[in-house]
Amino acid sequence: MSKRGQSLRIVIADDEAPARSRIRDLLEDCAATFALEVVGEAANGRALIDLLQRTPADVVLLDIRMPEMDGIEAAQHIQKLPDPPSLIFTTAYDAYALKAFELHAVDYLLKPIRLRRLHDALTRVRSITPLSLDVLQQLTPEARRHLSVQERGRLVLVPVEKILFMRAELKYVTIRTAEREHLLEESLTRLEQEFHEKFVRIHRSCLVARDHIESFERGGEEGGESGWVVKLRGLDERLPVSRRQQHVMKEFGRL
Amino acid sequence: MKSINQNVHRDALPDFRNLGVILRMLLFVLALSAFVAACQSDSWASAIQRFLEVSAPVQPVVLLSVLVLAAASPMLHRLPYRTGIVTVLLIELILVTLVHKAGAQFFNADSRGQLVRFWLFTLVATALVLYYFHLRNRALSPALTEARLQALQARIRPHFLFNSINAVLSLIREEPKRAEIALEDMADLFRVLMADNRNLSTMAREVELTRQYLELEQLRLGERLTVEWHTENMPGEALIPPLVLQPLVENAVYHGIEPSSDPGVININVYKVRDEVHLVLRNPYRKDGNHHAGNKMALGNIRERLALHFDAEASLKTSITDNAYQVHIVIPYRKEAR
Repeated sequence: MSKRGQSLRIVIADDEAPARSRIRDLLEDCAATFALEVVGEAANGRALIDLLQRTPADVVLLDIRMPEMDGIEAAQHIQKLPDPPSLIFTTAYDAYALKAFELHAVDYLLKPIRLRRLHDALTRVRSITPLSLDVLQQLTPEARRHLSVQERGRLVLVPVEKILFMRAELKYVTIRTAEREHLLEESLTRLEQEFHEKFVRIHRSCLVARDHIESFERGGEEGGESGWVVKLRGLDERLPVSRRQQHVMKEFGRL
Repeated sequence: MKSINQNVHRDALPDFRNLGVILRMLLFVLALSAFVAACQSDSWASAIQRFLEVSAPVQPVVLLSVLVLAAASPMLHRLPYRTGIVTVLLIELILVTLVHKAGAQFFNADSRGQLVRFWLFTLVATALVLYYFHLRNRALSPALTEARLQALQARIRPHFLFNSINAVLSLIREEPKRAEIALEDMADLFRVLMADNRNLSTMAREVELTRQYLELEQLRLGERLTVEWHTENMPGEALIPPLVLQPLVENAVYHGIEPSSDPGVININVYKVRDEVHLVLRNPYRKDGNHHAGNKMALGNIRERLALHFDAEASLKTSITDNAYQVHIVIPYRKEAR
């Protein structure tokens, strides 16, 4: 975060060009009494995270409903940046999010935004406490569309539909795509809750993507307790099914 | 609120030509006869005997009533509710007297006392039947009011309203002329949205309204939204319930265009084949979009209104074909009577 006295570096994230230009106009009006500069604009969550990794900012005015990655998901990834900016959500109408904002005292602005409200929000911004991931996850009923992992000082976004399986290791969860592995600092139980529509647990320590399951096979010593393994599309490795989770095979027409 | 209620809550005689109403009348009078018979007897066997005796004169009266009331139904519905009720009671009394006269030789002709008892039974039975229909009407009308209110609310997404106002605000400083046009479009759109939309509109008006709506969306979404109109063979004078096309296009924008950063195309095709008007709307389909509740509500609402105006002659079909979502509406071709 910039030091007190320096101008506030602001990023605008909104998918609609007129909405961005409206906020720019209002910020210009604020600039008369407030030291600030707009350091960048983004049209969706992914673009925003790219931008923030190149251009540090103090505040993001963050629209909720955006294509590809919405504002609330983007906020969850932003918290993992080394020096995360403060977030002020903006929305025209979103009954669910508004209720949650009130509940968790999250800062938000209703579009069309009033100059006064924007000014007040920017004045308060330095005292905003960072949002916890817990709170952010309660702001939306929807699962994230990406997982974010830190690799060599950068935040890498992995689209959830590319993930073949997630496996709990000692301290981390390994997520595996067709290309490579990533290490994620989240709990497998939480991931299972969030992604139960797309992933199914086949073992105490392993979730596999339903869409990527190719077949279940009898798998000699690899098969572990149940004697069955899962073959995933685009992956040579076979994953053991535990006896407790054997019932999931029924869903896929085996047993 | 009040004015809507008054429109719907009006007391009215039942539709005597409706099969359901006729069946209910028959069953009710039979049940009443059975009740009277049961009260007059001390054993099941005698109750059945008694029931046959009681219903012998009742049956012809009921059957005649059904015929007469069905025939007089349009006339009765023109009368004020109270006068209508009195008229129905009178009709019933006349019928029972006629049947009694005609069948005098079959029934024990101790006559006068019996006729009075017949009149009493008829009055009680008719009053009860009418009261039942009155209550039923009352019970059903709140549902109708609610359905209508829901339809009102389903018409426009607050999301669209506030985002559009926001877009217009952004234009005022730089492009005041465009802001003016946008506000005019918005005024026209809301004029139609807030009008009493129970009567039919024309295809040309509906298409014009949809174009104005799309102008506003274009303002917000810019090059992300492309619209392809095919209206060369459109019968502009064809009648259509208002707000059939516009809400569908609004859905198409909300589900097909907004969730993607890439530009998308909405394809609208209106044409006439023989005596049918076809309306085909296609938009990009996104598998992972999970906003389908609103969509279903709008579709249900439109389907209901099409059925209300055209009954079984109209149809609405939706289909998903290679990444496109398609709505196909067929309505009978009707012109405004001039």
